[in-house]
Amino acid sequence: MLKFTEDHEWLALDGHVATVGITKHAAELLGDLVFVQVPAVGTKLAKGSAAAVVESVKAASDVFAPLDGEVTEVNDAAVSNPALVNEDPQGRGWLFKMKLADLKAFDALMDEAQYTKLTG
Amino acid sequence: MSGEASSTSGPAAAAGPLKRTPLHGLHGMLGARMVPFAGYEMPVQFAPGVLKEHIHTRAAASLFDVSHMGQIAVWPRSGRVADAAVALERIVPADVLGLGEGRQRYGFITNDQGGILDDLMVAHRGDHFLLVVNAARKEEDLRHLTSLLDHDCRIELLERALIALQGPAAEAALVRLAPGAIAMRFMDVRTLDIMGSPCTVVRAGYTGEDGFEISTPADVAREVAEGLLEDNNVQPAGLGARDSLRLEAGLCLYGADIDATTTPIEANLAWAIPSVRRTGGARAGGFPGSHVVLAQATCGTTRLRVGLKPEGRAPVRAGAPIFAEEAGGAPVGTVTSGGFGPSLDAPVAMGYVPSSMSAAGTRVFAEVRGKRLAATVAALPFIPTHYKRGAGR
Repeated sequence: MLKFTEDHEWLALDGHVATVGITKHAAELLGDLVFVQVPAVGTKLAKGSAAAVVESVKAASDVFAPLDGEVTEVNDAAVSNPALVNEDPQGRGWLFKMKLADLKAFDALMDEAQYTKLTG
Repeated sequence: MSGEASSTSGPAAAAGPLKRTPLHGLHGMLGARMVPFAGYEMPVQFAPGVLKEHIHTRAAASLFDVSHMGQIAVWPRSGRVADAAVALERIVPADVLGLGEGRQRYGFITNDQGGILDDLMVAHRGDHFLLVVNAARKEEDLRHLTSLLDHDCRIELLERALIALQGPAAEAALVRLAPGAIAMRFMDVRTLDIMGSPCTVVRAGYTGEDGFEISTPADVAREVAEGLLEDNNVQPAGLGARDSLRLEAGLCLYGADIDATTTPIEANLAWAIPSVRRTGGARAGGFPGSHVVLAQATCGTTRLRVGLKPEGRAPVRAGAPIFAEEAGGAPVGTVTSGGFGPSLDAPVAMGYVPSSMSAAGTRVFAEVRGKRLAATVAALPFIPTHYKRGAGR
């Protein structure tokens, strides 16, 4: 089950590791991405800190760490082909995976219905 | 995720409700995403988005609403158009007197320090001159023109729409409605009848492509735009694509690359000041700040606007400090425009560097998110331009 943040990120949990990306809604608003920067594996992220960057022709946007944790894997395919994020933002266009410090914090995030209500 | 301030939202709008152009209703119908720009509600992009609109412009043709720009007629009180030319030369360091009827030139309005108050196009319309100025500057320009030229000229802000039709398919699309356009060359200006209305058409633009800027009476603007959009090669495009197109073409954006603190020489616009207005010329100087500008034209300046090609894939955007070295030292310059060039499939930028570092091929470093990224000083424009020049011009 996907969880969502007010900053338009989605998370999918597998054990203690969450895959993080930007939502379909965010990808549509940003338009065609031309540059993606992801954190280095091993980076310790504090919730709300700038973790990744996605850039369109016009503007750069920070992707904030949705929760506390440590980066375990990054999506090199999205870095080498930013268009992948536009094509499949909530799937193959994921940005990074992080081992969560606190699983309860994950449960407290919005579910899809709540997020849809926020962006609707 | 959070967006940085996008450069399409500036310049800051004055307080009060946003103005709408005569094409506002059409934008709504075409699904534009509207943003405030220079006090107007303007389309930043349509459904395809900035990147695809940009690519389409260079491949076929795009229609841009640029009605927010100021169209100012300068009429000689004497009835002799040369008197208006002489008057304009008191504020613009261009060869206005030598401008032929039906021709347009690029120029700028300078302040007493030689800084640029605005950049503009000036067209000889037979019995008057037509200026096209930046939206964010038009009220100030009007005050400036009126205060300095009122004795000799009547200054009139025209309430007309302005449609830019840009790209290799622009000529065919316009010729379908106005056959006379075929005979026009780069920087020609003509009155053409389009769908029954007299329109002022200039073969020029802000994209580096062949194309036209079409000034129409406000009440027929939508009809003309829809007529042009009937050509399948013509798609609407917004200010976002207009900005990335002009950046690849190496063209200055007022308020970003040039402003009251940059002189035309520093801005690498010396080409627009002809020898007749320079030291030793028949009509040398005589414009505000000429002592500064002409001295710089002769002796050079300490800084220059240059093109910058970042070596990696990361865009380097306006405001990024420029350093001479990869580590240490103080900034030596600033990026004034930057982003991603869709036609080049690479980041592109412009900025000011010390003149000693302005030669093409010089390596500099721009700081982005705390990291210094290597960039190379590059000749402008970044892309080959495709203006339809006439023989001998």
